[in-house]
Amino acid sequence: MSLLEVKDLQVRVEEREILHGLSLTVNPGEVHAIMGPNGSGKSTLSHVIAGKPGYEVTGGQILFRGEDLLEMEPNERAAKGVFLAFQYPVEIPGVTTWNFLHAALNAQRKARGEDEISSPAFLKKVREVAKSLNIPQDMLKRGVNVGFSGGEKKRNEILQMALFEPAVCILDEMDSGLDIDALRIAADGVNALRSPERAMVVITHYQRLLNYIVPDFVHVMSKGRVVKSGGKELALELEESGYAQFEDAA
Amino acid sequence: MNVVAKTETGRALGDAFAVARDRLPGKGKIADQRREAFEAYERSGLPHRRIEDWKYTDLRALMREVLPLAPAPDAAALARAAAAVKLRAIDGVRRLVLVDGAFAPDLSDLGSLEKGLGIRPLRDVLDASDGALSAQAFATDISNPMIALNGAMATDGVVIELADGTVLAQPLHIVHVASGTAPASMFTRSLLRLGRDTNVTLVESYLAGEGAKAYQAHDGLVVAIGDNARFDHVRLVEDSVDAFNISSATISLGAHAHLNTFGLTSGGHVSRYQLTVTCAGEGSKVETNGVNLINGTQHADTTLFMDHAVPHCASREIFRAVVDDRAHSVFQGRIIVRPDAQKTDAKMMTRALLLSDDAEADNKPELEIFADDVTCGHGATTGALDESLLFYMRARGLPEKEAQALLIQAFVGEAIESITSDALREVAIATAQRWLEARA
Repeated sequence: MSLLEVKDLQVRVEEREILHGLSLTVNPGEVHAIMGPNGSGKSTLSHVIAGKPGYEVTGGQILFRGEDLLEMEPNERAAKGVFLAFQYPVEIPGVTTWNFLHAALNAQRKARGEDEISSPAFLKKVREVAKSLNIPQDMLKRGVNVGFSGGEKKRNEILQMALFEPAVCILDEMDSGLDIDALRIAADGVNALRSPERAMVVITHYQRLLNYIVPDFVHVMSKGRVVKSGGKELALELEESGYAQFEDAA
Repeated sequence: MNVVAKTETGRALGDAFAVARDRLPGKGKIADQRREAFEAYERSGLPHRRIEDWKYTDLRALMREVLPLAPAPDAAALARAAAAVKLRAIDGVRRLVLVDGAFAPDLSDLGSLEKGLGIRPLRDVLDASDGALSAQAFATDISNPMIALNGAMATDGVVIELADGTVLAQPLHIVHVASGTAPASMFTRSLLRLGRDTNVTLVESYLAGEGAKAYQAHDGLVVAIGDNARFDHVRLVEDSVDAFNISSATISLGAHAHLNTFGLTSGGHVSRYQLTVTCAGEGSKVETNGVNLINGTQHADTTLFMDHAVPHCASREIFRAVVDDRAHSVFQGRIIVRPDAQKTDAKMMTRALLLSDDAEADNKPELEIFADDVTCGHGATTGALDESLLFYMRARGLPEKEAQALLIQAFVGEAIESITSDALREVAIATAQRWLEARA
């Protein structure tokens, strides 16, 4: 069974159709890159998979391990193992990162019928992960993402990915707002999480990110559809020729 | 002259006062003051929306009438009160309990008073004809009808005196318990007279015993803070959801005195808390913070009057309201800076969080500044929980109510953080937590 199957997905936002029948199949261990120009529907796809309100699915389905994902609340999807790394992680003043991560992890465990993780055990775990990502301890005591730089926010997303151990990670424009050093640190963090059980969907506008996170498959989106799929060489091809050739194909 | 038609209930209360008058403690001057206060109340009756100060809290519509005085608690009422007090007991405090408007010595800790600390029931003070103390307890503004009524009707309370230089490590805890099974009114009045260089913390709790129904708690607190003294005050209103709580606190500060007061209202059907703070001595400092956590059809009003009478004083107000369902939160904050009060530094910030479309929050800040060399400001915001934050938190696995709870805790956190004592801050957090858990 595939891990994530998007079948003929049609999505509207306020009467405007953004996705017109998009299909994508992701198996465990695979890394898929989704590329495309601005407005092609890449972020919409990531939002609909995670369950963001405001989108109307008018056709098609999304299956996660054969289960209908669209019937689940965002928190249920998270507990099942779907993780979205946000393009713009939000700031939550007054809620410390520690507290937030502990509450979220326990909520996921509770939803799966697992025991809650105690504070000391959680502390140990989060410290180890933070260290591996070069995240200073004092960042964890601050409000979630409050006063974090762009790079720190993205590292905080990867920290959460490492902590929650999801089955499928959707990385939405992870490279936006990062300089080359920050990008390398973030990509190293993602690569460390690659495993035969875990799949990743890397959404990006630029090929650059794919030099660091090398995909198994590349899909080109244009005007709400996947217009071409191929191996990692497709990304390089795009770098040469741009997206213009696909605008007509769509 | 306008002839004010007396309502049926007005007449009934007038009769009640006539009947009660002879049984109310305090003779001579105090009895005269009570009569004057009652007459002042009678001229206006229950305040209504056409009186500017009561625009958002129309007691004629919300409360309709003032109920007759509660009878003195019997053994069964005291037992119910004891159970309620036990349930909300706070460790490490000296407890003073008022049940149905009467001081309950058996439920109170009166043993081994610290040196410099005096505690007496108000009734004893009045019966002993202690002129100065009695006068101080009743020296409140009778132009405010509900404060006037409280002065007229108060049956008991606690009088606390702190001699100069007395520092109390143990907080005092006044617990107001309604325990009668028939709806009735309780009128209490308490006085804290804090000498120079004193330091004390007072907690006040409002609770209902099992079976207490639609009661009315009317309390008046009078606090005189001496020069260079510090007073910390935490007030927790957890009345039953059909109860009325119409209370006031009148606090004055001497030179270089410091007041830190925090109020949390999560209980009561209709509540109004009128807090009047006067900086009467130079260099005094005031922090006034409050939180309303209300839902259902609750109505909670905090009306603050901050009076900067002298120079070089500072005041800060942080007020947060979380309003769900069809509840209605009111915050009125009036800061007056009198002509002599140069170098006043006064700031007030109120924020309301509406959790439903039918929830209502009214913020009315007013600054009246008559001095020219001052720093004053206020701000007010009203809004809903940020959907983008909620989605982010849900995408990390938190169910909606849990995500909301974390955001609500963060929202009220700034006000709760202002409580100085770690232990009492934890008590306030636990009280807020109970409200959050009840709505989950």
